[in-house]
Parts: sequence; C-alpha cells; structure tokens
Amino acid sequence: MITALLALIASLFALALAAVALRRAPSATTLVYGGALALTLALLALAAVALATLGQGAREATLPLGLPWLGAHVRLDALAAFFLVVIDLAAAAASLYALGYGAHEPEPGRVLPFFPAFLAAMNLVVLAADAYSFLFAWELMSLASWALVLAQHREAENVAAGTLYLLMASFGTLALLLGFGFLAGASGDYSFAAMAARRPAAWVGALVLALALLGAGSKAGLVPLHVWLPRAHPAAPSHVSALMSGAMTKVAVYAFIRIVFQLAGPPSWWWGLVVLALGGVSVVLGVLHALMETDIKRLLAYSTIENIGLIFASLGLALAFRAIAMGAVATGAAATGADAMGAAAALAMTAALFHAFNHMLFKSTLFFGAGAVLTATGARDLDRLGGLIHRMRSLAVPMLGACLAIAALPPFNGFASEWLAFQAILLSPDLPQWGLKLAVPATGTLLALGAALAAACFVRFYGLAFLGRPRSPAAAEATETDRASLAAIWGLGALCLLAGLFPGAVIDAIAPAVQASVAARMPLQTGLPWLTIIPVAASRSSYNGILIFLFITASALMVAAAVHRFASRAARRYRAWDCGFGDVGIGAQYSAASFAQPIRRAFGTAIFRASGVVEMPPPGSTAPARIRQSRIDPVWEGLYAPLVGLVWGLADRLNFLQFLSIRRFMSFVFLALVFLLLVLAVWH
Amino acid sequence: MTLPPLDTAHMLAGGLVLVSFMMLYQDRLSALINLLALHALVLSLAVAWQAWIQDAPELIITAVTALGFKAIAIPLALQRMIKRLGIHREIEPVVGISATMLAGIGLVALALVVMLRTTASAAPLAREDIALALSVILLGMLIMVTRRNAVSQVAGFMSLENGLVLAATGAQGMPLVVEISVAFSILIAFIVIGIFLFRIRERFDTVEVQALDQFRGDRR
Repeated sequence: MITALLALIASLFALALAAVALRRAPSATTLVYGGALALTLALLALAAVALATLGQGAREATLPLGLPWLGAHVRLDALAAFFLVVIDLAAAAASLYALGYGAHEPEPGRVLPFFPAFLAAMNLVVLAADAYSFLFAWELMSLASWALVLAQHREAENVAAGTLYLLMASFGTLALLLGFGFLAGASGDYSFAAMAARRPAAWVGALVLALALLGAGSKAGLVPLHVWLPRAHPAAPSHVSALMSGAMTKVAVYAFIRIVFQLAGPPSWWWGLVVLALGGVSVVLGVLHALMETDIKRLLAYSTIENIGLIFASLGLALAFRAIAMGAVATGAAATGADAMGAAAALAMTAALFHAFNHMLFKSTLFFGAGAVLTATGARDLDRLGGLIHRMRSLAVPMLGACLAIAALPPFNGFASEWLAFQAILLSPDLPQWGLKLAVPATGTLLALGAALAAACFVRFYGLAFLGRPRSPAAAEATETDRASLAAIWGLGALCLLAGLFPGAVIDAIAPAVQASVAARMPLQTGLPWLTIIPVAASRSSYNGILIFLFITASALMVAAAVHRFASRAARRYRAWDCGFGDVGIGAQYSAASFAQPIRRAFGTAIFRASGVVEMPPPGSTAPARIRQSRIDPVWEGLYAPLVGLVWGLADRLNFLQFLSIRRFMSFVFLALVFLLLVLAVWH
Repeated sequence: MTLPPLDTAHMLAGGLVLVSFMMLYQDRLSALINLLALHALVLSLAVAWQAWIQDAPELIITAVTALGFKAIAIPLALQRMIKRLGIHREIEPVVGISATMLAGIGLVALALVVMLRTTASAAPLAREDIALALSVILLGMLIMVTRRNAVSQVAGFMSLENGLVLAATGAQGMPLVVEISVAFSILIAFIVIGIFLFRIRERFDTVEVQALDQFRGDRR
C-alpha cells in the first residue's frame, strides 16, 4: 500500500516536470489538471482504504534517499491516513475545479508546474517519518505554494504578500528544525520512532511545544503568527487559495499533533492552557477581521484563521485532558477518572479532526465559489457584487450551503463538529486544576462569540454578494460558471450536507486517527438507533442530524406553503431594498461597510482602533462628502512593526560592513576562523 | 640508511612551518618569492615521502606537480612579473615584525592544541601531520592579512594552498582526481590573479591594495 502511495506521489512530481515541458502547449491546462485529478483520486482511494483498514497498525518503508546514514523513512498510520484523505479530497476537488477555472489563467506556465508539486509535497509531509524528510517536504510545500502565490506577480501587492509569506515560512521551518533538534538530542537519531522512544525531559517537552506552536502555528495562521495568511492566501489563483486554506493549514495541524502529542513526551496540563488561549484569541480576532473585510477572498482567509483557532482550541482541550489522564495512570489514582479523562481527550481530538475535515470541505467550496464570482464579474470587492443569485443560480445554491456550514448551522457539518467541541468544553468542571476550570469556560465563551460573529460574517458575505441588487455593471452581467467548476463546488457542498447528516459515520471513520494520537476513542456511534450521536452519555446530550434536517425541511415547507396559500395573491413585486418606494438608487442598499458598522462600533474601536473621519465639502462646493475608515491590526502594530523597526535599525548599524577594505574582510574571515578554532580548543 | 618514517614526515612538515615563518618576516618581494619556491620544494619532498611510506605511487604525481608548478613555474613567472611591474622595493608589513611573529607562534600553538585534542582517536602520523598542515594554513592566512601588496598576498595564498595539499596527502589516500583539480585550481587562480595584477597596475599605477579602496565610489 505504501509503495503504491509513494509511486503516486512520484507520479505527481513527474507531472510537475512534464508541466514544465508542456506549459506552452494549448492543451497543457487540461492535461496537467486532468492528470492531477486522476492521481489525487487514486491517492484519496488508497488513503480512505488505509484509514478504514489500518486500525492501530502502520505500514513503513525506508527509501535510500536523503541523509546517507538515515535514509528517508515513510510511515502510514491512521493519523497520516486521515490527513491524506483531507489533503487529497481537497486536491482532487481543486484539480476538477481547475479543469474549468484554469482556462482563465493569464499565465498558465506560472501555475501548472507548481500545482502538482505542491500536492505531492503536502502528501509527502504527512507520510514522512523522520525529521529530515519531514522538513524537506515541508519546505518544498512552502516553496511550491510561494511560487503559486506569485503566479500573478505583476501586482505589487502580491509580491509583498509573497515576500512576507516566504519570511514567515522560513521562520516556521527554523522553529520546527530547532524543535526536532531538541527532540533528537545528542543521539542525533532523527527518525520519529527514535524520538518517540526517547521520552525527553519536561523542560525539553515544553520548549518543543513552544517551537511547534511557532512552526506549525505560523503555517496554520494562529494569532499572532497569522499576518501573512490574509495576504498570501487570496493572492494565489482561487483553486490554490482553496488548497492553501483548506489543505495546507491542515498539514500544519497534522504537524502540531504529530510533534506535540506523539513526540514531545508526556504533556503537562498547562500545555493545554497555552494552546487553548491562543486558539480562543485566534477565533475572535480572525472572525472580527473577516467581518470588516470587503475583499471576498481576504474575508475567507480571515475566516480560515477563525476556524484554525477553533481547531487549536479543541487540540488544547485534548492536550489538557490527555495530560491529566496520563498523570492519573502514572500515579495509579482512580482508574475510572483516568478513563473519563481519556474519553474526554478523545472527544476533543475528534472535534478537532472533524472540524479540520469540515473546514477543508466548506472553505474549499467557498474559495471555489469566490473564484467563480471573480471570473464572472472581475470583482473581489463586496461593494461591487450583489444579485448574483439571479445570474449565477447553480452557484448560489451550494454557496448558500457552504455559508450555512461555516456559520455552524444545523444540519450541516460545521454544526456537528463545533457541537462536539462545545461538548468537550462542557466537560471542564471534571478537570482537577482550577486554572483549567476557569480558563476552559472562558475560552468557551470566546468560541461561542466567534460562532455567532461567524454567522453574522457569512450572512454579510452571502447577502452582499448574492442577494440584493447588483452594485456594479459587471455584477449585473455575470454569467454562469463552467461545468467542471460547478461539479467541484456541488460535490464538496453535497459532502458538507452529508457529513452533517451522518456525523456518526464520520466520527467512527476518524476514530483510528483519534486513537493513534490520544490513545483513546469515542464510543462507537454507527450502532446507535436513528443515526443519533451521543458523545459522552445519553443523559448529557445527543444530536441527530437527520431529525433536525427533516424538521427544518418540513417546517420550512409548511411555512412556505402557508405563505403561498395566504399571502401570495396579495404580494406585489418590487426591486430588492427599495422599501416600496420605487426607483431608489442601488446605493440605498446595505453596503459592506454599513452592514459591519455595529460590529465595528462595538469591537473595532477598542481592538482595531478603527476610526471613521467624515469630510464634508465646504458650503457651495459640489464635491461629495466622504467618509474615510481605517483599522489597524493590533498584532501587526504591537509585535511586527517594532520587529521590523529593530531589523532596519540593525541593518543601518551594520551597513558599514559593506564598505570595508579587502584586507579588513580577509581579516574578519581569518579572525572568525581563529575564534572557532579557539572555541574548539577550549570546548573539547 | 633507513630513516624512521614518523620523524622524517614530521621533519618535512615542520620544515614547511619553518619556511612559512621565514615568509612571515621577509619584507623584500623577490626574496619572498624565492621563499615561496622553497616552500613548494619542501612540500614536494614531504609529499614524495608520504608516497614512499604509504606505498601510494599516485602521490608521486602530486609531488611532481608541486615541484614543477609551484616550486619552479609559478615563482619564475612571479619574478618576471615583478620585474615587469618594476616593484623590487621593500614591502611594508602592517603590524611590526615581532608582533607578527608572536601571532604566528600563537597560531601554531592553537593549531597543535586543537588538532591533538580533537583527533585523539586517529593514527598518530596523520594526526600530527594535520596539526602542522593547519599551522601552515593559518600562517598563510596571516601572511595574506598582514601584507598590503597584492603580489605578497598571492604568495600567502600559495603557501596556504600548500598547507591544504600537505593535509590532504597526510590523510592517506586522497583520490588523484582531487589532486589534479586542486593543481588546476591553483594554476587558474594564479593566472587570474596575474591578469588582475596587471589590470590593477594599468588602472592605478600601483599594486597596493589600499589604492583600490580609495577608488571605490561608494566609500563612506
């Protein structure tokens, strides 16, 4: 099985090389994306089979590549298989979407070679089982996605985004490199198996946690390492944006789980607290940014930060529960308590993995839809869209579904996973530490606030883009998208609904991955009557997606029938948002800024120092009155701006080094050599 | 008469260090080039001795190239060059001679300490040979750093290169390809540096390296 997986990944790389040769051929787009679709579908099938059959076993192989004394270890276990499913489902959908969308690419030669390489690298990260191959694949993934971000390199904004991304990616890799260095210790054995067997000291574990948060968190977009994400993700072509938001952030989540849960040794309870706090802050900051954003792709990128925050908050909970469970086992305290904590850890981890899967589904759908809107109207600004539900009917339906899913409304999948996360939070009174007892509910309120704001955010997104009247001529003349794109969007949208209707099946499917990471699993769900899911005990809570779906459908149909029966004859049709006045200008509708205004008032002034300045024209002038709005990212101002200033200051100070004489340069080299020899002489 | 292999190898390597010291305090250009020739001669003897005791005939080729190129061809060319450039005058070391010599002694001590400590497990012959080779390399660098004249910097560079060859041949079995490439790289470096010397001279009427700095437009 692992041989087949590796062969498919190698074929993806070969496809990337072929794309370099083919990039000028007229049929290159079809060939490359078609090939990528076939290969990722095969990978997806293999990964799904592996997830279903592997259980707690694993397939391993060692390739004679990489470091000569180490080789390249690859290992396929349930956790890796689950993330392979996530990645390859997103990749297959993106390839299918790009079969249509890729035709609009101005310079396909800048996208085609890197796309399969990006897919292959993401697969490889998940399979790698030693630090060297892991970091190699990780860096390859970063570089391929960086090249894709720069696909439209003629826009200065994209170049700046690419540079920032490259910087943050290098920083993240550096952090991971140091983390692996600490894990391997002096033995220098960089295979994951050796690291897991080493059981590092407590302070090493804590340091590795910090480095993993920096390394994986910067790739996932965890606050305060998120600054590159809302710039780089939207800059890429839409199918790549979908992959970066939907799949690459999940690779980062995978890296975090692999390092912190499996390699860093037994956790302490406060580790969970740190991760939880970062997740909670990410949720609120991400969704607030998304609410105030007017660029649709950037809005989606900010929403990714929110969802990553939710995933990390769940991971933090799982970490805390797991630490307590392991502590209880170690001290031989009440075995039932350890079991309960283990089950709670499994619940939180299931919520995290389920939400990672769900976020891949709906965020990819939304980015695909945003790309379709972009090609149809040429606009990314919410204030230039509107009324697309009439012009792009077959896009509007799955987009509505994805918006409902991301807003965590039943019966869609977003609700199921967020509900699981809240079930885990509700177990916090059982925790022994007071720090956790207080912090978990506090984070819970942050998550709840985030969920409500996300709902508002996607009402705004859908309402402004698809409802109302077109705000620009381009939006008024939008046409339907091509079939391939629609197939991808409908396919993922349908999966959103299915995963929401049958959450029990998904929970059972990811149970081996949960078991592999926290050594416990949730009770079997598929055996329960009526497809109900019961995470802890029936007396606490249960959820039935089908029942909710039937209830919603039935009540909606009844209301619709009643309205039609009693009110349709009396209805008169006017244009949207004219309040019955007749011909009011389209400017009278809600605008992106006006919809966000209450939130802006409530949160923006305090957190983002948002300000609006009204400029009135002098009396008698015919100039229009203007309102200028600005907001500041507190993280950028508080953390990055001083850092940038420091680097510039240092660079200025060290600038004289560029203007030394040749002899001085030689002396520096010489003195450096002598210094190193001295260190060696003293140290040894 | 049979010489004990260890002592002779050390004697030749030590001789190389000694010649390096002589180069360090030599302040006349033509004498410096003669010393460079002597340096290369001692090197070729040392390499030939290694060929003998390691029973490695390919090292003879290294010894012959060292003798042919470094001991004869390059010094002759350098002598011709300084004649054509007309610089037989004194060269001025940047630091005083005594300070330079003290620094050189310090470097040799450092090289010995580092090498003898770090290579405790290696064969004693190779170990001490490498320690001496490192001294030669460090002294070559010191020569380059303390001189202002481009020609004497070339001489320092050449002696540094000799140290590298000594280290490589002492370490038993450097492949022939590496040696040939090293010899070629030296030759090419020599040619390039020679051409540069003439170009510098043409532009600035001097081969003092300092003169270059004054002509750099962006100097603060």
